[in-house]
Amino acid sequence: MLTIGTPAPDFTLYSTPGQQHSLQDFQGRNLILAFYPADWSPVCGDQMSLYNEMLQLFRKQNAALLGVSVDSKWCHQAYMQSRNLHFPLLADFEPKGAMAKQYGAYDDKEGQCERALYVIDGSGIIRWNFLSPPAVNPGADGILHALEKIQAKK
Amino acid sequence: MAKLTPPPGPQDHARGKEGASVTLVEYGDFQCPHCGRAFPAVESIIEQMGPALRFIFRHFPLSEAHPMAKSCAIAAEAAARQGKFWEMHHAIFQNQDLLSPEALFAFAKQLGLDLEQFRKDIQDPALEEKVDEDFVSGVKSGVNGTPSFFINGHKYNGSYDEESLMASLTF
Repeated sequence: MLTIGTPAPDFTLYSTPGQQHSLQDFQGRNLILAFYPADWSPVCGDQMSLYNEMLQLFRKQNAALLGVSVDSKWCHQAYMQSRNLHFPLLADFEPKGAMAKQYGAYDDKEGQCERALYVIDGSGIIRWNFLSPPAVNPGADGILHALEKIQAKK
Repeated sequence: MAKLTPPPGPQDHARGKEGASVTLVEYGDFQCPHCGRAFPAVESIIEQMGPALRFIFRHFPLSEAHPMAKSCAIAAEAAARQGKFWEMHHAIFQNQDLLSPEALFAFAKQLGLDLEQFRKDIQDPALEEKVDEDFVSGVKSGVNGTPSFFINGHKYNGSYDEESLMASLTF
């Protein structure tokens, strides 16, 4: 995991076949990165469904959310439609796991992302991180707490 | 970490006395099948523990996954205004396969609620706000899915079957 207080590495990845996202797109806003092992697996589903219900709460803290896994953009598209997700899922697909590796959130043995969270502020600086065991849904209390701290300092 | 915030208070729907030795708080979603399975387990525990237990239900509707979840929560709050929160809570969980706006009115009728008042109350934004407040309190308390239980303010991470829950309550 990358150190708090350091600049977040840049990325440009597809979410769906027609849409790309970069770190710069979120300048001036807080950004939550939620790395997770795979679309469709039960714990991830719960975690992403939970965050999906919280988008308004995140918005109140001037924050956007991106999920990241090694699944392809087509897989993400199907998964998002099936779960009614209203935030982008990045396809860290080619070269596989490149973004996750940069963020120290790649599990080489399983060939998938760790279950890792980052909160990045509007200037691109990492302000909070958390690594969860793969089978444990970390919830969102840590994210909210980190966002509130950033917003309070303004 | 994962401590219940805020602690139980007058805003909560509670069964059992305030001084009970154990307080069990559930964050639940009326349309969640897991919560539906936990319902009989919790009811059986309430019966067995009697006055030793206080049980509180807070709303945690996952609206995108369960389109009727929030309406059910609001219906329960509307029933609460007529003193029938728990009756509505039971009616919903006992008929979880049949949930629809019409079904909620049918439950209200069966429970003998004043239907005109019920119709007015479910449109009162204050009830939706109360449900949202429960949701936010859940997130801040570390709820990561439903049902989530707190025993005397601490998150319970075990399974929600009767035996496991009971063992943790009677420690």
